[in-house]
Amino acid sequence: MSYVAHDESAFVRPAEVAEVELYHPKTFIGKYIWSQDAKVIGVQYAITAIAVGLVALVLSGIMRLQLGFPHTFSFINPNNYLQFVTMHGMIMVVYLLTALFLGGFGNYLIPLMIGARDMVFPYVNMLSYWIYLFAVMLLMASFFVPGGSTGAGWTLYPPQAILEGTPGVHWGIILMLVSLAFFIIGFTMGGLNYVVTVLQARTRGMTLMRLPLTIWGIFMATILALLAFPALFVSAIMMILDQALGTSFFMPALVSKGQHLDYNGGSPVLFQHLFWFFGHPEVYIVALPAFGIVSDLISVNARKNIFGYRMMVWAIVAIGGLSFIVWAHHMYVSGMNPYFGFFFATTTLIIAVPTALKVYNWVLTLWRGDIHFTVPMMFAIGFVFTFVNGGLTGLFLGNVPIDLPLSDTMFVVAHFHMVMAVSPILVVFGAIYHWYPKITGRMLNDTMGKFHFWVTFIGAYAIYYPMHYLGFLGVPRRYYAVENIDFIPQSAQSLNAAITIAALIVGTVQLVFLYNLIWSYFKGKPSGDNPWQATTLEWQTAHTPPKHGNFGATLPVVYRWAYDYSVPGAGVDFIPQNQPPSKSTASAEEKSS
Amino acid sequence: MTTVLLVLVAIMATVVWWLFRQTINVRPWIEQRPIDNVRGDGALPLPSVKVGLGVFLAVATSLFALLISAYYMRMEGADWTTLAVPKGLWLNTGALVLSSVAMQWARVAARRGRIDGVKIGLIAAGVFTFGFLAGQLWVWQQLSAAGYFAAANPANAFFYLLTALHGLHLLGGLWVWAKATAKVAQGVGVGAVRLSVELCAVYWHYLLLVWLVLFALLLSTPPRQNSCTPDTVAICGPTR
Repeated sequence: MSYVAHDESAFVRPAEVAEVELYHPKTFIGKYIWSQDAKVIGVQYAITAIAVGLVALVLSGIMRLQLGFPHTFSFINPNNYLQFVTMHGMIMVVYLLTALFLGGFGNYLIPLMIGARDMVFPYVNMLSYWIYLFAVMLLMASFFVPGGSTGAGWTLYPPQAILEGTPGVHWGIILMLVSLAFFIIGFTMGGLNYVVTVLQARTRGMTLMRLPLTIWGIFMATILALLAFPALFVSAIMMILDQALGTSFFMPALVSKGQHLDYNGGSPVLFQHLFWFFGHPEVYIVALPAFGIVSDLISVNARKNIFGYRMMVWAIVAIGGLSFIVWAHHMYVSGMNPYFGFFFATTTLIIAVPTALKVYNWVLTLWRGDIHFTVPMMFAIGFVFTFVNGGLTGLFLGNVPIDLPLSDTMFVVAHFHMVMAVSPILVVFGAIYHWYPKITGRMLNDTMGKFHFWVTFIGAYAIYYPMHYLGFLGVPRRYYAVENIDFIPQSAQSLNAAITIAALIVGTVQLVFLYNLIWSYFKGKPSGDNPWQATTLEWQTAHTPPKHGNFGATLPVVYRWAYDYSVPGAGVDFIPQNQPPSKSTASAEEKSS
Repeated sequence: MTTVLLVLVAIMATVVWWLFRQTINVRPWIEQRPIDNVRGDGALPLPSVKVGLGVFLAVATSLFALLISAYYMRMEGADWTTLAVPKGLWLNTGALVLSSVAMQWARVAARRGRIDGVKIGLIAAGVFTFGFLAGQLWVWQQLSAAGYFAAANPANAFFYLLTALHGLHLLGGLWVWAKATAKVAQGVGVGAVRLSVELCAVYWHYLLLVWLVLFALLLSTPPRQNSCTPDTVAICGPTR
């Protein structure tokens, strides 16, 4: 290999990178629209994801209106109810959470936190965003095509997804699948960037084990996404062929409306395998960045180093590895060899071990810390509570005999919303409150932030706690109306109404958050460079917000890990990563260890 | 799903093993020093694009492994009638092998600094690759003329799907090839195209490997007769 140099020092990149290496746009359009600056791309991703997430939030409000007050709203019929369920789920999981954590936070934070000027392939990075936007527009277009968007449920199971009678069977499903395929192509472009940038573009001294856990979470989640999204890609392409060309990958021979269809012998279970082979890692694609960000938020605001850093890193890696061998626990009711069921139940429960380690470490980081109850910290602690709650019901559902009766009930809905919706979104809020000052140079309003936190946090429990009980009663999910069923008492309806009221309140309060984002951009308190007194590199930039190139003339050199908070003997309670060690404290620490 | 599981376990094991080696025995909470003259930051001693290509190949491997898994699972269906492998595929395989050899030729020439060799290698590789793609289309045409439509049987559908995805990957590679060839045609030095040629060669070898695996898959699939008639498929058809 001609690129292998034999002198090791040849690999030390110079701390100074010539300005000419960066593409400097001159015009407004070049700077903010067709931008190749990862920070701008990150913000573009975030704004798009939040916008499309608001659509999904409204859809969930409409669904709740129907469940809480049936026969009241004439504009909701069984067909568009199913369409709302489908679009809500898919948008939230893929187009909001995945895009926001990896495309949004990944783009903004990776170069800044590892001390790089930009992503390694800025042009590809820009393409990634525009393809994502195109995928979002395709998806939104499906609301307006004849027949409307698909109503197949977010899992898009065939044969029902492409059978006459399901809403959006002609246009909606095709647009959904094509949009997903584009999303995956765009994501792969971004994902290559995130992985290669973390591997190759770290500044001098930034070893892997000095990376903040945020970066570890995003890095591992990206690896998972790169390997898992092809499964969704393959199944999307195959289902498009089934629908458009009449192949029988997934479609069995069946009779629909008295007619023998041309399909023959296809395997719906094959789709389920492919879908969940993507679908389960997807849970961790969303969770791992959240884990990483929460670790940093807790450490910064408890003014303490993260407890068990190395264990935290290994837990992230272990969870990532394990997440590929648990997918079939979503398919217990599809029928499988009992030994497979046993295998997948076991692996599912094993994942609880590294996850629990992380929870213990967060709690131990808080233990005797100098806790500052800032808004990001409140969201972070809220996350730990909620994640434990959601995780515990996961232990129920991971077991085959308990899953079988609970499957397709509201219990499952409550479980995955606790663990995969409320938990990550609390982290998203915490992270936005935490990094908004770096992005805009202004603090978000604290009072509005605290109000937003308490209503969201308590409201989320008011929504999802009762939902577990509905699930125990056997109330099924995805049903337009649940009436005249013997085993469901009338009181379930009152509970549903209460849940709807809570959901509408929580949904409305998000407007306060949006208002805060806009108001603070103009009127917020100037933040300075390092308002949280944090150690990581993004807070040590010469300018806030950082300019293109991030660090001015010279890149920072890293001397320590990201968690030097409240170091004994130090003058202040944090030491930035790029602060050189003074001889005396360094040698004293070497001895004491 | 066993195939994809094995492939992904291999990929994940590599990732985990590498990360473990990087992180074991490292105690970041103690160490406080600049890491100056060692490869301390742990970056791979490769240009970033090469690492990028490696990561992309892992993604593509996941994609093809999933398709092969799906192929095996779907094969168990009673309606599966294995495709008789068209003879033309042998010819196409030969063309793809030659294109890979030509790429390697260009790569070696680039390493030795001989721009003429690079030029000949790139042009030959392009010709053989286009030959391969044209040959694949020709096989498609033959098959559909003989009535092997995609919708007629899952084996046919898989054949079209696998060859199409493989061909699209080659087309993507041809984009980089075209840029490199255009540069060479403009008369730039070897240094300006060496990396592109390296990347193309690695990618071509990879796609040759994928093709050989896919071709072996087609050849090794045991022929099966459809025992179900359309009237009885609801009874004797697959239950899974």
